[in-house]
Amino acid sequence: MAKLHIEIDGKALEVESGDTIMDAANQVGIPIPHFCYHKKLSIAANCRMCLVQVEKAPKPLPACATPVTDGMKVYTRSDYAIQAQKSVMEFLLINHPLDCPICDQGGECTLQDLAVGYGGSSSRYQEIKRVVREKNLGPLIATDMTRCIHCSRCVRFGQEIAGVMELGMAGRGEHTEVMPFLETQVASELSGNVIDLCPVGALTSKPFRYTARPWELNRRPSISPHDSLGSNIEVHVKDNKVMRVLPRENEDVNECWLSDRDRFSYEGLNTPERLTWPMIKQNGQWVETDWQTALQFVADKLKTFAPEDMGALSTPYRTAEELFLLQKLMRGMGSGNVDHRLRWSDFSLDDKARGGFWLGMPVTYMSRLNRMLVVGSNLRKDHPLMAHRIRESVRWYGELNLINAHEDEFLGKVHAKRIVAPSQLAAALAGVCVALAEQKGQPVPPLAAQGVADDIARKMAASISSGETRAVFLGNMAQHHPAYAQIHALAQEVAKLAGASFGVLGEAANSVGAMAVGAVPHHGPLRADAVKGRNAAEMLARPLKAYLLLAVEAELDTHDPVTAMKSIEGAEFVVVMSPYKGKSLDYADVLLPIAPWTETSGTFINTEGRVQSFGAVVKPLGETRPAWKVLRVLGNLLGLAGFEYNDSKEVLRDALGDTPTGNVQAYLCNEVAGVESMPVPQGSALERVAEVPIYQTDAVVRRSPSLQMTLDAALPVARMHSRLIAKLGLAENGRVSVRQTASALTLKVERDDHLPDNCIRVPSGHPLTANLGPMFGPITAEPV
Amino acid sequence: MSLLTPTVKVCSWTQELDNPASLATYVAHGGYQALRRIVTEKVSGDDIIAELKTSALRGRGGAGFPTGLKWSFMPRAFPGDKYIVCNSDEGEPGTFKDRDILRYNPHQLIEGMAIAGYVLGAKVGYNYIHGEIFEIYQIFERALEEARAAGYLGDNLFGTDFCFQLHAHHGYGAYICGEETALLESIEGKKGQPRFKPPFPASFGLYGKPTTINNTETLASVPWIMQHGGQAFLELGKPNNGGAKLFSVSGHVNKPGNYEVGLGTPFSELLEMAGGVRNGHKLKAVIPGGSSAPVLPGHVMMDCTMDFDSIAKAGSMLGSGAVIVMDETTCMVRALERLSYFYFEESCGQCTPCREGTGWMYRVIHRIEHGQGRAEDLDLLNSVASRIGGHTICALGDAAAMPVQSFLKHFGDEFAYHVEHKRCMV
Repeated sequence: MAKLHIEIDGKALEVESGDTIMDAANQVGIPIPHFCYHKKLSIAANCRMCLVQVEKAPKPLPACATPVTDGMKVYTRSDYAIQAQKSVMEFLLINHPLDCPICDQGGECTLQDLAVGYGGSSSRYQEIKRVVREKNLGPLIATDMTRCIHCSRCVRFGQEIAGVMELGMAGRGEHTEVMPFLETQVASELSGNVIDLCPVGALTSKPFRYTARPWELNRRPSISPHDSLGSNIEVHVKDNKVMRVLPRENEDVNECWLSDRDRFSYEGLNTPERLTWPMIKQNGQWVETDWQTALQFVADKLKTFAPEDMGALSTPYRTAEELFLLQKLMRGMGSGNVDHRLRWSDFSLDDKARGGFWLGMPVTYMSRLNRMLVVGSNLRKDHPLMAHRIRESVRWYGELNLINAHEDEFLGKVHAKRIVAPSQLAAALAGVCVALAEQKGQPVPPLAAQGVADDIARKMAASISSGETRAVFLGNMAQHHPAYAQIHALAQEVAKLAGASFGVLGEAANSVGAMAVGAVPHHGPLRADAVKGRNAAEMLARPLKAYLLLAVEAELDTHDPVTAMKSIEGAEFVVVMSPYKGKSLDYADVLLPIAPWTETSGTFINTEGRVQSFGAVVKPLGETRPAWKVLRVLGNLLGLAGFEYNDSKEVLRDALGDTPTGNVQAYLCNEVAGVESMPVPQGSALERVAEVPIYQTDAVVRRSPSLQMTLDAALPVARMHSRLIAKLGLAENGRVSVRQTASALTLKVERDDHLPDNCIRVPSGHPLTANLGPMFGPITAEPV
Repeated sequence: MSLLTPTVKVCSWTQELDNPASLATYVAHGGYQALRRIVTEKVSGDDIIAELKTSALRGRGGAGFPTGLKWSFMPRAFPGDKYIVCNSDEGEPGTFKDRDILRYNPHQLIEGMAIAGYVLGAKVGYNYIHGEIFEIYQIFERALEEARAAGYLGDNLFGTDFCFQLHAHHGYGAYICGEETALLESIEGKKGQPRFKPPFPASFGLYGKPTTINNTETLASVPWIMQHGGQAFLELGKPNNGGAKLFSVSGHVNKPGNYEVGLGTPFSELLEMAGGVRNGHKLKAVIPGGSSAPVLPGHVMMDCTMDFDSIAKAGSMLGSGAVIVMDETTCMVRALERLSYFYFEESCGQCTPCREGTGWMYRVIHRIEHGQGRAEDLDLLNSVASRIGGHTICALGDAAAMPVQSFLKHFGDEFAYHVEHKRCMV
């Protein structure tokens, strides 16, 4: 690119051809006032606030939309430019309410800030002001549409980032209004970003609204504990209470965005369901006690069990330090029964893998992939911002291929898709493998010998082996699958044949971290040799005498809640460490209140292996303690060696060495060897398709009232193809009784013609469906 | 009358014939000969553009931009789709010339567009017709059918490899869709809102492809120029203002209507053709080029000739040639109130100064007209108008500001009288 020489406010600089005046000014730190311009959105040039003087131009030009030319001389602060900017400000203010003291945006409002510099001290406008009717955008976004200055950022965000134009500009002239089309609420899983984008108080956060002023808030950096991206966040705190969460910009991770789950889950921190005292169950009654008593009681009790009779389970949403100490504690007691993969059902890769599964590339690469194959993933809901990056790739003419058991709208162009019953996922991949071998003139890998290549498989094969940057990804559903080893190994073959990168979209915030610190039964930290034990499924299928549960809500967090609950309820001794009471009140013997991520320091390792440590942003609630401290003391009380940590940094160093990032990177590897071919399963007459709904993934999210009011948190229904509805003699929107291993459950029938004919889709991880059975496998249905 | 005689009736010659809009009439009088000759003899595009430059044909839609120059901006060698678009979205108050071309002489426009397509390398053209003249749209559609059936539109015209498809598209009456980029958005099925420029349509136009947009009358003049040469066209007018032009004369005249005269004709002659000021009243003011052109006092106009340069020198614009004549009984405050209301109503609302400012100006003028004016209002109006002008994405902001500024400049005393006496002086 040719370099151009220009001058801004007398400052000479060299810029790229194609840059705008705004780009150039940003380079040298010259601020130009603006509203509609946003670096991540297309140029609209509609607010006109960034008008500047350009030598030889007959009128002021918008800096955001004017490309620089060689020798251009720009004046951003000349009388001429200021006059233009002041003119625009006057127009912006004439119909805008001048009641900043009662506006929720007050104190962090771009219009308010710029009005100080460019507005008059009184208004010349003496006519009647415009009033605009409010819009209902759902439980997350509050509106005050009279304040709207029509910058169209929210509209462009929908079109360009969220992938769905849920907001639009209707009407003309003064009657222009931003509104949701069809009067429906905004349902995008990224919708909350419009709150940040709105430069005025037109769109504000409904949960946060009128609860605090920006200048009262302490802003503390943290890492989001939900999906495996590890979004960087800024937690805003007032009086030791988390008031809201905003994105912290990190171009390599979440850019400037945040998913709604990351943004609004904080509400779940302040619920009355929080556990604030250690409690022991005595004669069926819960008694509050002090930490000393509780931990001594736990230690004494644990000593009475043989190592093989004890097991520890954690969710993958806890910090690396906690997970490390949990496995260290168990192994110190001589038991290798520790796992975090609660929703998994196929662990046969444990002795075939060479390291921890990860994305296989930096997250940023996902925005510029030419060819993608995603297997078994509910992309948008499981990985909202990674789905945005894939959409970006698709917009740059990338081709996305999908193999899945259901077809939820991706909001982007899909090149080829194969929707099959879950039992046929591996076979579908084998088909692509065969097609690739055909096209490349290579032998079919033995694993895919039974694959059949048809037109779709060939189309996918041709796509995934062309282009410059290629990748194959496995999603959450693939990882939960009973034939995960097959799927993983076949995907590896596909990637190999296609010359594509191969990655696993991490299931949870710390899936990679939990593996790396050895919270698995088959190896210790960073694959160190360690006492081996039973995996999560084995621990729950063959009951143990004692369970140590780290933030596990067994009825919601497990692959088969029915079996899990039976084992846990039947155990002699159950210790639950959790920030919440929940159903554990029924089955636990000891409840230990531990800190959610905002009240403890710790580390999450995201799916690309990025080690992100954070500090506590508030003090622990009541008698709550950080879990790493609890485990440390428990280790001391059990008389175990190596539990003399002074802070969580020492724990991390012990777990991952002095150079955690390098060590984790060295540990990560998606390669597996020795997976043997299995016959294509027959499948059953009817199969269950289950995903974990976006707002049921972990304990904090489940308790966020606003998220639970969104459309994504609607009550589970039984979705099936209209042909199946007819075949079973059911009625659309009628009711059906479904049954797996345990009791029957009556659900509403909803038609979803994108499902395979023999599948019934019932979500897992929801209290309503907890009594049904495993996430995969046979299911029966009959009319009610 | 026919296209074969080089008279001053460049676009309006069919009006005196029977069945003026029919293909038979047009062909019988020399229609499509220019196209046939150009296509079959493979006349070079450069020659045609040179001829247009000689003719000094300037855009008839309002801006008066030299057509030959505009065509030369088009990347004609660019491989891939290119478009020629005709702007028949005639919505400016006072303008009613293009609808007459479409009603009485649609084939001359079709021929002009086909020639443009040939020169610019566009295989597809669109004619965007104002939504409030639906009958005209139907007439044009019929003309297209005829032209297609007779082999003047379609593939391999006259047995050559030249292909040209032409489609009519009607809007829904939004004034803003007459702005060329809003028009493109509207054809694309989007909300009619202007795009910011650059990029200009010549590089990024319809569907993101190089596009040339011309006014109906401009394109309809092309066959005439091809038939008789650029020099003949130039001689109909005066240097730098070639050709004849349709003037839509309306307002307080005895015979309002369209009059096609050579550019450079004295205004007094045009006024006479339109029957003079009604009922023997005195001429007070004239808006010479459509409602967005600055108003001029009658005596200034009487010294002007009807061409781009003369009117510009007098401080206004020839615009689209819509001459609005006002006699001495006209209340200038009321006239401006009506004009301001139009721009307030037609602002697309995209960019700030126009969205907010047009309503402000209208409300202040409305107050003055209704006896609620304040002493500071005139300065305020001038200031607001100057703050809109030059600050907007498209020219609608300027179009809204210019009438206000010119009315206040030439007839400020009437406004002051209104404010002071709460009533009209006429």
